[in-house]
Amino acid sequence: MILKNKMMFLSIDLGLVIEKLVLIVVVISASLIIAMYTTFAERKVAAILQDRRGPNRAGPFGLLQPLADGLKLFFKEEIIPNLSSKFLFILGPALAMMTAMMTSAVIPWGDKIELFGRSISLQIADINIGVLYVFGVVSLGVYGIMIGSWASNNKFSLLGGLRAASQIISYELAMGISMIALLMVTGTLSLKEMVLQQQAGNWNVIYQPLGFLIFLICAFAECNRTPFDLPEAENELIGGYHTEYSSMKLGFFLFAEYINMFISSVIMATLFFGGYDMPFVNETLLSPNMAALIGIVALMGKVICFIFLFMWVRWTIPRFRYDQLMHLGWRILIPLALFNMLLTGGVILYFHK
Amino acid sequence: MQALTDKSKQVSRKPMNFMERMYLPAIFKGMVITFSHIFKKKPTINYPEKKRPFSPVFRGLQILNRDEEGRENCTACGLCAVACPAEAITMEAAERQPGEENLYREEKYAAKYEINMLRCIFCGLCEEACPKDAIYLSETFTPADYQRKQFIYSKNDLLIPHPKENPTAYQQALGNRPKRESVI
Repeated sequence: MILKNKMMFLSIDLGLVIEKLVLIVVVISASLIIAMYTTFAERKVAAILQDRRGPNRAGPFGLLQPLADGLKLFFKEEIIPNLSSKFLFILGPALAMMTAMMTSAVIPWGDKIELFGRSISLQIADINIGVLYVFGVVSLGVYGIMIGSWASNNKFSLLGGLRAASQIISYELAMGISMIALLMVTGTLSLKEMVLQQQAGNWNVIYQPLGFLIFLICAFAECNRTPFDLPEAENELIGGYHTEYSSMKLGFFLFAEYINMFISSVIMATLFFGGYDMPFVNETLLSPNMAALIGIVALMGKVICFIFLFMWVRWTIPRFRYDQLMHLGWRILIPLALFNMLLTGGVILYFHK
Repeated sequence: MQALTDKSKQVSRKPMNFMERMYLPAIFKGMVITFSHIFKKKPTINYPEKKRPFSPVFRGLQILNRDEEGRENCTACGLCAVACPAEAITMEAAERQPGEENLYREEKYAAKYEINMLRCIFCGLCEEACPKDAIYLSETFTPADYQRKQFIYSKNDLLIPHPKENPTAYQQALGNRPKRESVI
């Protein structure tokens, strides 16, 4: 009897494991492909905003360009500096890549789909502290840069690493505080719950416009994107933390940046813009598979808008000076975020009385 | 000091007001400007597919001309070599033998005709000096090469394709060059 129970438990568990493994493979390969084509999109958007044409030679409309770029990086000579700390030198890009991928685990990519008589949730792990997990993993991302830059035994790299570390730590604070205001509105830490709430009511950006603005600015800083790309400032630090890197290790660093950009776009869409909620469509009236499909399309549409915003800003705003960056982070964004938190708290208290 | 022009402007060092210190309106304005560039016409020409038309006075690679029956015009008079400021042209003359009337238009012809393309400055004086309409500058660039000696173009490299044997190539080499009255 006990054995039979155990067997049944195991058989159910196995289905779940396969389901999750497939989901993980799909999510990881999808984010890799999206990151690959984000590099292509970046070059195209840059070209179009500057009245150029952009890559258009490899394949139709230059669509094979990212493959050619990747191939180039693979075939380049792998150089590990003699005086570097070899283990950490390799660990740096690996860690950057890994932390970039890890965040995707708690994101609800869509609602349930029904396949082979099973109801499969399109979220790898619906943990009730989703937001905290995201923050934890995102702040781990700086270790990849820090370790890589320190291990290369180069002063420019070290400067880049220092900048990255202090920048990410100081913007994390403002980001966290702006999140607290959002958490007070939603009353939950689970990303899935937040999406469900937004599906039923309004998008969170309506309740938290200031919070969203702070979060957006901090997301730019966390992704090391212009105007906050001081860690890799090409014309001051010769590439900053990846000065000594070559071949695919450099590729991993650059790739991690694009994955980070993708993931932070997804998180912003999920937290503030309703995640997989398609506006003006009532998902409950549709079949679950159809609703899931529409949800994924909606989420990807929002993500594409955010990624375009990232690129648009990159080709508009010049880089901050370092003291301006710190001034903005500590003396403007953090007080603003605190004010936003107090305001939100006050309003919630007033309406709940 | 007295300014030479009235173009210089006094730099304003006024402290920024609140709106300016917010930065966001200025950033938004900048982003609108970059966005408007999406709809601008792109000046790029997709080169190998589409070529920019040459100006009618463009001076490119030299071509040794033939007449309509395919006879070489050049009589090796040497006027082009004399006119050449870069001294890029050398030639050797020879007398036409009986039975060669279909090859050379007149009794004297150039047995050897060389232009050093590394010396040539494409000024077009050879074309102007030529009394026989035998040399003209086409609308082609000198192609790149790996060795210096490849840039000394011999008669074979310079001669226009035969108008009877290869009429399409002949027309292509002739281009849309205005026809000069042949001088004999």
